Amino acid sequence: MFRNAPSLVLTSLAALALAAFALALATGSVTLGPGTVARAFFGFGDETQRLIVRELRLPRALAAFATGGELALAGALLQVLLKNPLADPYVVGVSGGAAVGALAVMLLGAAAWLVPGGAFAGAVVSTAIVFGLARGRGAWSPTRLLLTGVVVAAGWGAIVALILSLAPETQLRGMLFWLIGDLSSPPVTWTPLAVLLFALAVALAFARDFNALSRGETIAASVGVDVARLPWLLFGLSALLTAVAVTVAGAIGFVGLIVPQAIRLVLGNDQRVVLPASVLGGGVLLLIADTLARVIVAPAQLPVGVITAIIGVPLFLVLLSRDRPR
Amino acid sequence: MTGAPILATRGLTVEIAGVRVCCDLDFAVEPGQCWAILGRNGAGKTTLLSTLAGLRPVSAGTIEIDGRPLSGFAPRELARVRALLPQDDSDAFPATALETALVGRHPHLGRWQWEGAEDLRIARAALAAVDMDGAEARDVRTLSGGERRRVTLAATLAQEPRLFLLDEPSSHLDLAHQVALLDRLVALARSGERALVMALHDVNLASRCCDHVLLLDRGAAAAGPCASLLTSERLSALYGVALRSFSDGGRSVFVT
Repeated sequence: MFRNAPSLVLTSLAALALAAFALALATGSVTLGPGTVARAFFGFGDETQRLIVRELRLPRALAAFATGGELALAGALLQVLLKNPLADPYVVGVSGGAAVGALAVMLLGAAAWLVPGGAFAGAVVSTAIVFGLARGRGAWSPTRLLLTGVVVAAGWGAIVALILSLAPETQLRGMLFWLIGDLSSPPVTWTPLAVLLFALAVALAFARDFNALSRGETIAASVGVDVARLPWLLFGLSALLTAVAVTVAGAIGFVGLIVPQAIRLVLGNDQRVVLPASVLGGGVLLLIADTLARVIVAPAQLPVGVITAIIGVPLFLVLLSRDRPR
Repeated sequence: MTGAPILATRGLTVEIAGVRVCCDLDFAVEPGQCWAILGRNGAGKTTLLSTLAGLRPVSAGTIEIDGRPLSGFAPRELARVRALLPQDDSDAFPATALETALVGRHPHLGRWQWEGAEDLRIARAALAAVDMDGAEARDVRTLSGGERRRVTLAATLAQEPRLFLLDEPSSHLDLAHQVALLDRLVALARSGERALVMALHDVNLASRCCDHVLLLDRGAAAAGPCASLLTSERLSALYGVALRSFSDGGRSVFVT
């Protein structure tokens, strides 16, 4: 019960991730067979196919997987930090700051490649504000952090509304797509995946400490967990993950809240299992959603955030209704 | 480390939010001893236990475990010697009773190590010791208050400390379990090189289980054997309620 069932689910999720990657590389305006995809991926076959698989589809698939994994991992970490199953990556105001940064760059009419820079700067500024204010003079508390994040996010929301009302109509569509979440032009290829793997490795090293922390601060302190410093590790990792995710893909909602919850409903609450399973689950969900977003109304594209909700909401409701207290 | 008391304080002063809990307090807990901390609400029982566990700073004085100052212990090393049972059981997330008990094994495991067969055996034995062995797979959030209390106590037992610091271990428990579990803890302390320090509200439970008491009375603390401190005069003054004591087979019983 302790190791067998989770490792089975983790293996299945990993296999599902590989299948989703294969599907993402094969489908699109030109459908490629599995053999063709494999040859093109490893640098064989004709040049057009290599270009489609390696230059067009692979970066986008990597960005989708990494963003989904980052949001789900950030959500799982924040739910531990705030001891609140309703926490999501945006609760600390990161997406609001990123949105203001990105939209401000668009409004000023700067080059498109500057938009991710604006988003990242906004995310960092917002994190610093929430981090500084939540610490305050007194002791740290989940409620204080949650409240600071919610209020700062509300402030960013007002500025976003202001920018949208000032923006010329030609820019509104692009801004709206950014706000819903859009993977069509990832600014970098491998960095998000590297950040994701780094954060997962650090988090796994402390996963049993997180388990103890979710049983209460005093219990955790009693068994030797550094309860003064652990919250800052959780906060720092989730802020980094969310900042990278919104920079690459805009504000994709829902993945960070729902994926860790669904994983917990199926696998229980051992963070050593929940964290890697959330990464795989979030990555697969966003990768499949993005593939669908590319093909459903091809050659047009749907915003990926719409598809994640269409797949995720019923899936989650089914899992929730099946959950019975033991 | 034979010879040194498990826990000793010298000139200990503890304060919280400007209120003094104890001042210049000296006491030593020897292996095999059971201590009760008594005092009114807000006297600082929880604060003192938390300080003795090394989780909050002292205002003055020193605390030693096994003859070594608390500050010389790394957190995990300390967690293998002493355990603190919190006053409240909080569970925001689902977990089985067995998983909760296994949390006690944390300081005994390396960073990347998983619980092994021996850890499972210890956690199951701890659940059995609190009469929760039939409820291993139950979600702790579906348990009653008293059952949840017993599972938390099982985690403390699974930690296998030599010094148990227990904050109201008998709260939420029915009468049968109050007596049975405290007797089991006392037997555990007296059988080996272990000791027990617990905050209690029931003076008769203290009189039944403990050999020493620590009275916290508005910043003035007194520590010593039950024979000299657990008297109706002392307790009447401590609680501000007139108490009479009766002798029952060598044990004092207090009634209001």
